[in-house]
Amino acid sequence: MYDQYIVCEEGFRAREDGVTGGIVEVRMPYYRGLGLSMVEAVDLTLDGRPVPPSRTTFTVHGNTYTFDQLRTTFDDRWEMGERAQLAFETDEPLAPGEHDVAVSVRLRISYMPVPGGGRDRKRLTLAA
Amino acid sequence: MTAPAHRIKRGVSLYSFQDEYFLRTLSLEDCIRESAAFGARGIEIIPEQSIPGFPRLTDEFVEDWFGWMEKYGTTPVATDLFLDTKLYADRWLTLDEQIASVHRDIDIAVRLGARIIRAIINTPPEVMEGAAPYAEEKDVRLLLEVHAPFHYGHPWILEHLEVMHRTQSPALGLMPDMGTFVKRFPRVVSDRAVRDGADPKLVDYIVKTYDDHGDTHALMDIMNYRHGGPVEVGLARQATHYIWTDPRSMLEHMPLIGHIQAKFYEMTDQGVEYSIPYDEIVPVLVEGGFDGYLSSEYEGNRHIQDAFPVDSVEQVRRQHALFARLLGEEI
Repeated sequence: MYDQYIVCEEGFRAREDGVTGGIVEVRMPYYRGLGLSMVEAVDLTLDGRPVPPSRTTFTVHGNTYTFDQLRTTFDDRWEMGERAQLAFETDEPLAPGEHDVAVSVRLRISYMPVPGGGRDRKRLTLAA
Repeated sequence: MTAPAHRIKRGVSLYSFQDEYFLRTLSLEDCIRESAAFGARGIEIIPEQSIPGFPRLTDEFVEDWFGWMEKYGTTPVATDLFLDTKLYADRWLTLDEQIASVHRDIDIAVRLGARIIRAIINTPPEVMEGAAPYAEEKDVRLLLEVHAPFHYGHPWILEHLEVMHRTQSPALGLMPDMGTFVKRFPRVVSDRAVRDGADPKLVDYIVKTYDDHGDTHALMDIMNYRHGGPVEVGLARQATHYIWTDPRSMLEHMPLIGHIQAKFYEMTDQGVEYSIPYDEIVPVLVEGGFDGYLSSEYEGNRHIQDAFPVDSVEQVRRQHALFARLLGEEI
């Protein structure tokens, strides 16, 4: 459910914090908000190349976490429909123009015997 | 059409508007206003869905909430709780932690003025028993959702019934989800599978097996034998998760039933639910003396959002026109 909404069409941009890379906005494929300790993965594949989670950070309503930190974050949530910022680091600056952006979200949903989440892939144009 | 005297009321779970709320095309206030517009006066809310900052509710939010209730003439009826037994990656919540989680959600329901709480189906019987005294103290009812594929004879439900009958706690009871009365396979679901690339012949096989009320246990295996992929196997799994049971199976449990989640997948242009025969269900509730809310729970949105505009408000409006007719209301 909601897979098609994961990757936001808007907001794909280069980072402005001195780190080489970019930011893609993502939404959770689920019908409620979820505590961050249960967000197991938000994996990014950029132009066909997986970006290791250690090179990404995750920001909800202004709070930034590494994926190691998410595991033990019990007092913050990814709200339903909230656009989180997935910031990623690359070796080279992002080329202008279109990029293939694939995101896979894995959630630990207590009432489900299998992992929850979903995946989405879109072609996004880097904001000028 | 006249219906026998009854005290059944109409409500909406805001779950119904999840697609619009997700995309921010309807705000929480919009959802309440839309519900009131077709006479659904009882509001059911999933705090974890609709209240940013959960589990902390600000005074400002609570003030807005009651302000909307007054403005639109609605009543807070129920909240839906979740039980995150897998909060920690490396261990399950202990029994005490699970009970504490329910206590927290009881406090939230009380703050929102709701007297009924949906306990999600994975809530263990011992957690219901452990939380019952606090629910009694706070004068709320903790109702276990009877959600497909469970039914009134299922061991998991029987364990819960044992607790309810043994403790005689006035706080414990049941909340039937009408997804336990899916008489024919929702076509919004099978159509979606075809759009997702499923082999139409295999889809037909699944739908026919379900609609004939045949044996669905091995459908996932058969899809595999017939060279189905993830989409066909996924659809087969869905077919094992819908069930059809006789709505009259609710009758012997009526004293425990405090709220109905009126699940639906598609209200057709003819004003009926494609899969769930409400014309068979509502008379049973009337016969059983049910006096709570029929609370709409539209779940078709997620199955059509890939190809069609979602109009959850129109779907719920149609369901309420059906309810009004079946309940003999003047409309």
